[in-house]
Amino acid sequence: MQTALFCVLAVVAVASGAAVFVVDSMARATYALALSFVAVGVSLLLLDLAYLGVVTVLMMVMEMAIMAVFMVMFMMNPAGFMPMSMLHGKRAALAVSGGVFLALAALALLVPWPDRRGAAPADPTRAAGEAIMGSKMLVMIGVSAVLFTTIVAALVLAVARGRYGDDESAEHGHREGRGPHNGHGGGHGSHADHGGPGAHAGHGDHGGRIDHARHGTHAASRPEGSGT
Amino acid sequence: MTVTGAPVWAVVPAAGVLLALALAAAVLDSVLDTAGIGADGTAQAVRGRRWSRPLAEAARLMRQRGRTTVEPDRLLWRIGTAGPLVAALLMAAVVPVGGTVVADLPVGVVWFNTVDVTLWAALWLAGWGPNSVYPLVGGYRFVAQALGYELPLMFALTAPAVAAESLRVGEVVRAQQGLWFVVWMPVAFVVFLGSVAAFGAWGPFSSPVGRDAAGGVLAEAAGVDRLLLLAGRYALLAAGSGMAVALFLGGGAGPWLPGWLWSLLKTLAVLAVLVVLHRRLPVLRPERIVRIGWLVALPAVLLQVLVVSAVMVAKG
Repeated sequence: MQTALFCVLAVVAVASGAAVFVVDSMARATYALALSFVAVGVSLLLLDLAYLGVVTVLMMVMEMAIMAVFMVMFMMNPAGFMPMSMLHGKRAALAVSGGVFLALAALALLVPWPDRRGAAPADPTRAAGEAIMGSKMLVMIGVSAVLFTTIVAALVLAVARGRYGDDESAEHGHREGRGPHNGHGGGHGSHADHGGPGAHAGHGDHGGRIDHARHGTHAASRPEGSGT
Repeated sequence: MTVTGAPVWAVVPAAGVLLALALAAAVLDSVLDTAGIGADGTAQAVRGRRWSRPLAEAARLMRQRGRTTVEPDRLLWRIGTAGPLVAALLMAAVVPVGGTVVADLPVGVVWFNTVDVTLWAALWLAGWGPNSVYPLVGGYRFVAQALGYELPLMFALTAPAVAAESLRVGEVVRAQQGLWFVVWMPVAFVVFLGSVAAFGAWGPFSSPVGRDAAGGVLAEAAGVDRLLLLAGRYALLAAGSGMAVALFLGGGAGPWLPGWLWSLLKTLAVLAVLVVLHRRLPVLRPERIVRIGWLVALPAVLLQVLVVSAVMVAKG
């Protein structure tokens, strides 16, 4: 039963990982990768590592949701409407990845795995944590708090001036004439009309307003617009 | 009160209860909604039996033809459409009703958190799928506001888990014997309720389905697709309310009545609060939600976790 489940998960993980490079659409590629990670997370559950498995799924789905935004923003062909390949330097890549896969698979199969000594611990997650961290646990917990505080502080400092220049005007963001960023708020929708066929080719038709690359991509990425 | 796992068949009644709670929320919302959109597009007073509107609307949507758009990403659209309801069901699996829970996971609290994170993907995909501007705007709005509410939500979930010294929801319920966590973790409770509204795209957090974006994620959804999204939204609120009861309001604890009834009554009460507040608060833009989330809710809930941790250390 466990073996069968593992096989299914392994196939899903590898197949959806391969799908990342097969599908055209950036959204599909991102979420294929997410599915691959979810399969890995679930297979951790088979090792009774409940916490690590569930947290892996949590982190990866969250990461991929963010990554999808950036993939659509920066990659060519975000919606898969244009012919495009995710593969570059095919021969070298194939040789390297095939070699690595074979080497790792050979290692997994050929290494004489030790037999289990003693019984499985009651809480494998705790045991794994103690095996990795050992006496450094307290330090690591302290460091994690410091790291988190640093991230929050850095963000607060970095965005203190707000998106529209100075902070308070963020509340009145769509006042006209407030620099290049005006017209955010309800302005998203208005980019629909930038999205004629071919708009994808670049943001040049946005009149060289660089900030439009940010808003405009959404619309530009789906050239057909609404079909209603 | 000890909480034990239920046999597998309990999935079916649990799903039924969740859908019934979602319907109750929809009925209450409909009863409170005194204004409807008339034939000429303006707001008009609604006459007649408002309480039956949700069921009538459900029946109408089931008969309505589905809508398609030009070059939709059908696969991703379907996944996104089913996402909210599926997520609500997965959440409900770890919410105890009285002394019973469908899945007594040792990491139930983290499970709940993981499922609510999948909503980031689901709502974005529901917006991306139809290849239409307004749903896309709604999907991006949801991801943006998710950045604002997710971290406060995580720490709000941490507080009861620290106090119970366990990630098992049943243990959290058991640790509240004598004193409900809402009494000494009011900040975490409020932040949790706000986050439930946020992942349900509800009330102040409803800009992903906002009227200013022609319904946002809902704009292109018709027929059964729309029904799934709307029902999923109410079911998310119901599952979140159930979790709030288990984590902060003592679960099934209460005098005279049996535990399961107390759980349901408390869940209905929390749900009613969410539905009533929905009409009393203005909709916030995602960037303001991020500001409030990171500059107000996050420090406040971190302090709450600090207090809880200090109390637990002092207790030994």
